[in-house]
Amino acid sequence: MADASYPEGLLYHPEHDWAQIDGETATFGITWFAQDSLGEVVFFDPPDVGAQVRQGESYAEVESVKAVSDVIAPLSGEIVEVNAGLADTPEQINDDPYGGGWMVKVKLTDASEREALMDAAAYQAQLG
Amino acid sequence: MPVQYAGVREEHLAVRGHAGVFDVSHMGEVETRGPGALDFLQRMLSNDVAQIAVGGAQYSVLCREDGGVLDDLFTYRLAEDRFLTVTNAANHDKDFAWLRAHTGGFDVELADRLDDYAMLAVQGPDARSLVAPLLGAGEELPARLRTAELHVAGATALVCGTGYTGEDGVEILCAPADAPALWDALLAAGVVPCGLAARDTLRLEACFHLYGNDLSETRGPIEAGLGWCCKEATGFIGAEAVAAVRAGGPTERLVPFALTGPGIPRQGNTVVGGGEVTSGTYSPSLEQGIGMAYVPAERSAVGTEIAIDVRGKIRSAIVKEKPIYRKDG
Repeated sequence: MADASYPEGLLYHPEHDWAQIDGETATFGITWFAQDSLGEVVFFDPPDVGAQVRQGESYAEVESVKAVSDVIAPLSGEIVEVNAGLADTPEQINDDPYGGGWMVKVKLTDASEREALMDAAAYQAQLG
Repeated sequence: MPVQYAGVREEHLAVRGHAGVFDVSHMGEVETRGPGALDFLQRMLSNDVAQIAVGGAQYSVLCREDGGVLDDLFTYRLAEDRFLTVTNAANHDKDFAWLRAHTGGFDVELADRLDDYAMLAVQGPDARSLVAPLLGAGEELPARLRTAELHVAGATALVCGTGYTGEDGVEILCAPADAPALWDALLAAGVVPCGLAARDTLRLEACFHLYGNDLSETRGPIEAGLGWCCKEATGFIGAEAVAAVRAGGPTERLVPFALTGPGIPRQGNTVVGGGEVTSGTYSPSLEQGIGMAYVPAERSAVGTEIAIDVRGKIRSAIVKEKPIYRKDG
């Protein structure tokens, strides 16, 4: 498992999710802190492409051996792609939470929502 | 005991392939002694206690009059008239009170030994070969379901050929003051420290019951698949109720199952058409979701397809033979 990291350039939701915005779409995943709290991830249950997600609400489930957790959408939009690779290698969520462990790509519906998210410094400050 | 040390998967696989140690000192102990000890335990425990030889161990359940299960227990016969019964931590006070309330008419003394014993479970194919060099000169580990008073890493200990993982191994009961040095000696010998999460995945692959999940006061031993440890002819408390269920056939049965696709079942998930999951997890050995569920008896046969509502998603599963994980299968 990699060392703790919170890359600059991502936006962070207080429920330990990140978003990387690229024009009208964004990629979502969970933070290093989230995967470390979960322990070894053994199953990622993705949403369907085309599903609508809302900021602050659950859009997927991620499971470690011992528990299941909801994954919270940092922004609202429509799912345009899911990371199919996680079906066979969910451990990428632990090994590379900001790279191979990405979860979904979303076509954003509300550009103003990003104001509610934190930058890397603010998120780390929240972790204490 | 922590939930995990290095990680549940690593610890789980260490026990399946090598050896791991669990600090299960939270388990309780009750000592029963006196001329009436055997008769008393025969009345209290579901199994035929007379069948335990001195130095032997036996599994049983403790039942209410109506057959509801108060606890599941291992009992060691330390001497002709002296027994040690291991309780589940959460049930210990309840068990001790229940036992004490039924001593009338028996020439027996009960002692709560919870604070007198630490307990380390060393489990896995290499467990015996790693513990054996720590024994006193000339001492040998007891066989499966046998016990022996030995010296382990210099400490006096009651060593039992029992466990909760489906692997060979021993459980070592010693004075709490001696436990830290014994733990360190085991780790130095190459035994892997394991936590509660691996203990649960290992016991579920082996289809061992967890009290509070798979056993409760509202269900009896027959429906739980524990009829094999109930000998109604001994006249234990609850024997009549157990015999009636055995004769009539239970309406539901506890079955092991494995999902046929993705997903992980969890305690409390419902079985479509009736029934509930009482234990569920991800099996690190089989790399799939497994569990145990109470289902209607007519759908409990091995090979039956069942469907489980895992938080709104219907997952198909198949009723398996016990144990779910078998070493060579």
